[in-house]
Amino acid sequence: MADTPLQVTGRQKKQEEAVSVVEVLGDAAKRSVAAVQDYALLSGRAVANIFTSPHYFQDTLEQMDFIGAGSLPIIMLSGFFIGTVMVLQTASQFIRFGQTSLTGDVVAIALVRELGPAFTGLLVTGRCATGIASELGSMLVTEQVDAMRAMGTDPSRKLVAPRLLAAVLMMPLLTALMDFIGLLGGCAASVFSLRLSAIEFWRRAIDALDFADLMQGFTKPVVFGFILATIGCYKGLTVRGGTQGVGRATTSAAVVGSVMIIVADAFLTKLALYLSDKIF
Amino acid sequence: MSTPAKEGAGFEPAIAFKDVWMGFDDGDVLRGVTFQVQERETLILLGETGTGKTLTLKMAAGLLTPDSGSVVVLGNEVSGMRESQLLPLRRKIGFVFQEGALFDSMPVAENVAYRLREDGVAEEEIEPRVREVLQFVELEDTLEQLPSELSGGMRRRVSIARALVNRPPIVLYDSPTAGLDPVTSQTIITLILRLRDLYGVTSLLATHRLQDGFALANFHFDPETKRVVANARNGNAAAAANAARTRFLVYRDGGVYFEGEPAEIANSEDAYLKRFLV
Repeated sequence: MADTPLQVTGRQKKQEEAVSVVEVLGDAAKRSVAAVQDYALLSGRAVANIFTSPHYFQDTLEQMDFIGAGSLPIIMLSGFFIGTVMVLQTASQFIRFGQTSLTGDVVAIALVRELGPAFTGLLVTGRCATGIASELGSMLVTEQVDAMRAMGTDPSRKLVAPRLLAAVLMMPLLTALMDFIGLLGGCAASVFSLRLSAIEFWRRAIDALDFADLMQGFTKPVVFGFILATIGCYKGLTVRGGTQGVGRATTSAAVVGSVMIIVADAFLTKLALYLSDKIF
Repeated sequence: MSTPAKEGAGFEPAIAFKDVWMGFDDGDVLRGVTFQVQERETLILLGETGTGKTLTLKMAAGLLTPDSGSVVVLGNEVSGMRESQLLPLRRKIGFVFQEGALFDSMPVAENVAYRLREDGVAEEEIEPRVREVLQFVELEDTLEQLPSELSGGMRRRVSIARALVNRPPIVLYDSPTAGLDPVTSQTIITLILRLRDLYGVTSLLATHRLQDGFALANFHFDPETKRVVANARNGNAAAAANAARTRFLVYRDGGVYFEGEPAEIANSEDAYLKRFLV
């Protein structure tokens, strides 16, 4: 009677050797559906655990430090150069129309609405979802997760919920930093490459943004944080095949997490644009 | 030559397996296993590698659910409980994993204190209890060391300390001497023996070494001299009681091949059992 993917059950029914293509495809489909079900179960339990006691505040703070503070260097460095590249690329087009002063508007909207959240999501997935998957995977293969369960601790509450909460809280902050540093990079490029005034750049950038842009820009990171944490935890806690399996889970966490963030981004953008038309 | 499991003469067994089947995609590992462990009894679970000893321990702790059959621990039908219901029960069970399964990012003191913190024990009470239990396993100098800095035998002893820190009535040992040299193995067995005789815990010990079982059956801890002595040399009544409280269970081909007293297995002419005596 397994009510969590962590509660391993034995074989429910002995599988006969698959002999036809249909059976092979059928088995693959069943495994995929079971994986989605397990992922949904793990995510649902983690969300429920955030809102019920006991809480692991120390673990949550440690994860906030790992995901938030630990990601600062890559976010700041990447953000600066993303802003710089944005300005150089857009200005090369605006120069043809003599409208280089519009670069501040374009860079601000693109960064806040789209590039800031997406790049932050992808970078933090690359760094943290893989870290989470490898850490939890290593704990699983060395029986530390079983030891935790044997001592009466729910791994979902102790391991998954703090990582999920930390990622959901830290992602908007990291995105805000990415946006700001990106604008700084854009400003530097505008001043030194296009000979624009820094004050003019910032004034246009700030004026270009409205509340709907900020809503869109800070809703996406919450969803991306959810995705990267749950995918990292799921891949780590379903490792099969020892240390080699940990390696596969780590790679898989990066790939699946990144793809899911890009797919979710498309749907969230459509939803945000629809809502901004209707509400704002 | 399977012997039927002995009934508890009116006492509810601490652990009871009834017709337990468990397997994975490549076949059944356990086929209808039935046995009982009475309170304060030590059951030595013998078997070759892959015969399902670890599976049995994990099912007793509710870490695995059998395909069919019943597993009852301390009066709870473990095989029918949900994970959330099992968590409180597991706090009454100590589990010593084969490789220790210590949390490798925590120092020894934190590993041992883990269960107490989970139980909400006051901080000022935790340190003396951790020191006491580490003293019991003679590792009080390793408080701040990480598991990676310890030898295999020391890790096993920390694992025992962690399992007994909240004085559970049942302790499950998964091959506690596997891969250790004879001297360290003897140290571990002595610890298990002291734990049994001082605290009266019910033990289920999986091993492939018959000598571990005989050591538990033939020796006892004398609290007066604070030494481990042979049953024949000291305190006939206590010694006889200890010997009687140790039984053997041998797995073969997924089933119970033998169940009985130390003397029965020692005097057995069965070719398969004799393989363990070598």
